[in-house]
This record gives sequence, structure tokens and C-alpha cells, in this order.
Amino acid sequence: MPERPVPGPPTGDARVDEPLDDLVGAATGRGMPVDAGTIEIAAVETGPEVRRRRRRGIGVAGWLSLGWIVLVVGLALLAPVLPLDDPKEINTAIARRGPFAEAGSASGHLLGGDYNGRDMLSRLIWGGRTTLLVASAAVAVGFVLGGALGLLGGYFRGKVDLLVSGLLDVFLSIPAVILALALVVILRTQPGTDGGGLDPVAALILAIGLVSIPVLGRITRASTLSWSEREFVLAARAQGATHRRIVFREVLPNVLPAMFSIALLGIAVAIVAEGTLSILGAGVEAGTPTWGNMIAIGRTQLQRAPHVVFEPAIMIFLTVLSLNMLGDVVRSRFDVREGGL
Amino acid sequence: MTDVPTGREPLLVVDEVKTHFDTDRGLVHAVDGVSFSLDRGHTLGIVGESGSGKTVLSRSIMGLLPKRDVVRHGSIRFEGEEIGNLGPKSMRRFWGAHMAMVFQDPMTSLNPVMKIGRQITESIHTHLDVTRSFADELAVSLLASVRVPDPERRMDEYPHQLSGGLRQRVCIAVALAAGPQLLFADEPTTALDVTVQAQVLDLLEAQQRERYMALVLVTHDLGVVAGRADDVIVMYAGQVVEQAPTPTLFAQMRMPYTEALLQSIPKVDDPPHTRLHAIPGRPPSLVDVPVGCRFAARCEYVQDRCQAEQPPLLDGPTPGHRYRCWFPVGTPEGRAALERNRAAGITPAADGTTAVPVPGSAP
Repeated sequence: MPERPVPGPPTGDARVDEPLDDLVGAATGRGMPVDAGTIEIAAVETGPEVRRRRRRGIGVAGWLSLGWIVLVVGLALLAPVLPLDDPKEINTAIARRGPFAEAGSASGHLLGGDYNGRDMLSRLIWGGRTTLLVASAAVAVGFVLGGALGLLGGYFRGKVDLLVSGLLDVFLSIPAVILALALVVILRTQPGTDGGGLDPVAALILAIGLVSIPVLGRITRASTLSWSEREFVLAARAQGATHRRIVFREVLPNVLPAMFSIALLGIAVAIVAEGTLSILGAGVEAGTPTWGNMIAIGRTQLQRAPHVVFEPAIMIFLTVLSLNMLGDVVRSRFDVREGGL
Repeated sequence: MTDVPTGREPLLVVDEVKTHFDTDRGLVHAVDGVSFSLDRGHTLGIVGESGSGKTVLSRSIMGLLPKRDVVRHGSIRFEGEEIGNLGPKSMRRFWGAHMAMVFQDPMTSLNPVMKIGRQITESIHTHLDVTRSFADELAVSLLASVRVPDPERRMDEYPHQLSGGLRQRVCIAVALAAGPQLLFADEPTTALDVTVQAQVLDLLEAQQRERYMALVLVTHDLGVVAGRADDVIVMYAGQVVEQAPTPTLFAQMRMPYTEALLQSIPKVDDPPHTRLHAIPGRPPSLVDVPVGCRFAARCEYVQDRCQAEQPPLLDGPTPGHRYRCWFPVGTPEGRAALERNRAAGITPAADGTTAVPVPGSAP
């Protein structure tokens, strides 16, 4: 072990009921091998300054990401009350008009119009509403179902785990896009009838949600496996706690941070998935704008009106990037390290 | 407390308990035939080095063993009821309310994301049908009784905000929450700073007396049980090798292993740079247990008979004193055996496999 200098008096921690420097002194004075590293870390990690710094920082990128997400989600939620044009209203005067075109009747159409003359700003905000709803609802489905499976498998192990892991592996072995595509088609057609079935948005949510189960399930299972090995779980058992209580009160709160950070990434993936499915023709029907079907429809006129594709693409790009950033922030902030305890 | 012992059966009677683990390497004889009994208000110390089976023994009694690949034999009677063959489902009603356990490492035996108060009230709510505010009050008084300063404030803190000593007190409070009659303390001070070890042990002792509980104190340190336990069991390789009331054990120990354990405690008045007294070698594999005495390979008294024939638990001169040795310490046979070995230059080999003569080591 590399020799590290024993630190000076620690930054002072009144909560510790035996002064640390006394212990260091006593230990070194008796000529016992002192693990200076451990002591140093302990002193540093409990120092009040460090605690403040750790609590403060999500970084500039983190704040920007958070700001962007708040903006996008806020606009999407407020879409009905914002002074926006009807996203379906056709105004031929602004057809294929680029963004920031000041001329004539286009004033007020900040981001221009699409090839039919519908206001892009309004379509982007209304599209975001649908896209974000689909993505977050889909991940919520995956979160609950995948989380439940992962908790069961990770906590009970044995045959339950074998079943859960097998199920997740089967899911994972089918290419995600093909699975989602197939699910959308199946969910939208009622067996025995022509068409019918689920509403397209609901079908999309379920399809993407089901596809996201194995990812969330595996993360939850892995995290649950390690947390249910902890002594406090055994201690809770020795106090007569039921399995249900242990899973929900002892294990789940510790597993949630890992699940949340993956869920944030999952929303990003789901946004992209919505776009992919739209381009493949399995998205929400063309009348309702989503970022995905705006790209899907706009790409036929890519050369004449590139902004129709690029504007929703930029929205997706920035939103996905922000969600990834936030996922990282969540993971690093809630990453409970043994040293920190 | 209503159930004062009536002179019937003791609170806990353990009879020939064996716990074996079925592993890829073979059957591990982790606990191999242990018997004792313990009454309310009494403290039993279980002493042995790592791997001697003391933790497995206490978990066997609690029924806190892994589900799979465990073979259990023998009888465990708690308040006259046979619990040795009960599964976790039936054992749950005993856990917390009748028997509880304090674990070795308070750093890991508290949930890091649950407030101290909640960890205690969880236990209370599991066993008692009380309101939330009453459980909170109870938790505060429990924290006060384990001498946690400023208990109301601590209720709202998380484990990482507490020092190791305080955390172990919280663990004790959790274990005591539902008023168990039997408390296991599995090396409760091993993970703590030397300065707080004595405080925690004193606290356990005080609570044991106050609540008239039976306490099983598991430790590797004979010094810990010396002033606190009424009886001591010394375990080696899954077996009891010596068992006696504490004063008898220290006054007339018979088993060379007990003696070696005692000698391995550093003494304050030793001059500086005194070599620490270690027991050479390691305990035997619990898969292929030796034919003879399990301690023979590391014993200073070892004779041919020890290698060939396992000694039974013999009764000592004092009632309740039993030991497992052919050439006991402090007897003419033992002294003679030691002399013979010293004269022949036989010392236990460092790897603990066989005793071989070491040239030049004879006095």
C-alpha cells in the first residue's frame, strides 16, 4: 500500500463523538500500522466544505440541460393556453417559408411554415406534447413492469430469477425496432375486425413501453441483487419484516436512483423510437403532429424546405442530449459509495 | 415482564445442533454438534476464531440461514417449543419480538436511505399495533435508553450522519424495539473503534439486566466475555471444545486452544516490542475434518493419541465445566505431554498441517 501522509487535523466534525485527530494520534503513537488513506478519506468526505460542494454541483451542462427540459416540457404542457396558431390550420402564404422570414404575412410565424403552410412553431410545440407524452408514458410502463420484474428476480433469486431473466433475455434477443413495429401493428388491429384496436397513441406507448421493459428490468435486477445481499436486509429480516416490506422499504429506495437514471436515458431513447416508428409508418397518424412524424412527412421535401425536417430534428437532438446529461447527473449524485457512508 | 422463569425448562435449549452446507467442494461441517442451554437474565459468551462456526451457530438458532443447500440436525427449543426445524415463514413470528440480533458492522446493517427514526419504528410497527406518534415516542425513548444523545434530533438523521459507535447503539435500539427475550450480539464491537467498544458492551450488559433478557455474546476476544458472560463456550472447527461458567473457565481452563486464545491477547504491561503470541496455522478444512482432535495440528500438547482419536466432551472437576482434550492444561497428563514435546523439539508447524520437529527449537 503506498505510504500516504497522515492528514493534519481534520476539517472538524462535531457530530463524531470521538475526535478523529485523537484517534490518529493514539493509533500512530502506539506504532500500529495506520491506514492513512482510510483516515484521510474519512476526514475529507465528512468535511463540511466538501459536503457543500457536492450538494451544490450539477455543473453548467447540468443546468443548461435542466433548463432545456423545463422549457420543452413547460411549452408542451402549456400548448393549449399559449397564443399559438392552430397546428392544423393551413395558410398557403407561409408554405415552405423558412424560419425568421420577416417578409409580408409571414411575420409572427417565427419558425416558418411547412410545405402545406402550417405554422412550424405551433407544430413543434404541439408535436412535443405528443412526443413527450408517448416517450414518458412508455418509459413509465417499462419502469413499473420492468422494475417489478427486476425486483422480483433480484430479491427472490432461484427459480423466480431464472424465469425473469429468461423472459428479459428473450425480449432482448428480438431487435427492438422490429419488436416495437410488430407490437404497434398488433395492438392497433383488433383481432377479427377490420382495424379497430387501440388508439394509435396508446398503441405506441404500450409498444415502446414493452420494448423498454428488458433494459429497465435488467438494471433493476442487477441493482436489487447487490442491495439485497446487504446486511441491513438481513437485519430487517431478523426483526421479522415481511418480504413485501423488505422489498418496498429496504431494497426499492436504494434501487430507485439507478432506475431513475436509466429511465431518463430511456425517455431519450423512446423519443428517438417514436421518430423511427413514424418514419417506418407505424407512428401516430399524420394529422396529429409529433416530432417524429414531422420529420417523416417533411423528408419528402427535404431539398425545397429543409427546415421542416431540421427543426424537429434539432428539438429531438437537444432534448435527447439534455436527458442523457441529466441521467448522468442523477447517476453520479446518487451513486452511493461505501466510502461516502 | 410477566414470564419470570418458573424453574421449568430454560429459555433456550440447544441440543446436538449440526449445520452443514452442501457445497461444490463437499459438505462443510460449519457447526458440528453443539449443545447448551441459556436462561433469561443470563449471558452466554461464544468465543472462537474466524471460521470456528460461532456466527453460523447463532444464525442457526435464529433460523437465519440461506434457503438452499443447508442441512440442519439437532434440536433447538425456545420457551419449550421446538424451533430447530421451522422454516423462515414460521420463524418470522419469533424474529424481533422474541429473539433479535445485533450485527457486526453497524456501517452496513442500517439502511443508508432510511432515517434513524423510521428504522426503529419499522420494527415497532411490525410487531405492535400502535399509532405512528406512539411509535415515534417509543423510538425516542429507545434511543435515549441506548444513550444516544439528543434522540429527537437523531430520529431525523440518516445513518451516514452518525459515527460508528452511535450507529451500533441505533442497531441495538432497533433490535430491542419489540422487546425480545433473547438477544444475539454477533461480534458487536469488532467494527468499532477501541475507544467505544467498552461503551457498547457496557450498554448491552445494562440493557440485558434491565430487560431481563438472555444475551448471546459472540466474539473472538476472550477479554470481551471475561467480565460479562455468565458462561462461556469456546468453539473450534464447528465444535464446542470447552464450556464452563466464566470464573471456572479462566481459573481452571483445560483446553490448550482456550489457553492459546488467552495468550494471544496482547497485555498492556508487556514491554515494548514483545512478540505477539499467535496460534500457528489455520483451522482445519471443515470439508475434510481430521480424524483426531481438530486442534491437534496446532496444539503445543499434541500426542499420537490426539491425531488418532477424537476426544469426547469430558466433565471437568467443577459442575458445568466440560472440555474436549486428552491431555488437558493444568493436569499432570498435560504437563507431561508439554514436557515431552519441548524435549523432543516438537512444535506445531506454521501451516497448521502436521506437527513436525523443528531443529534447534528445543529449550
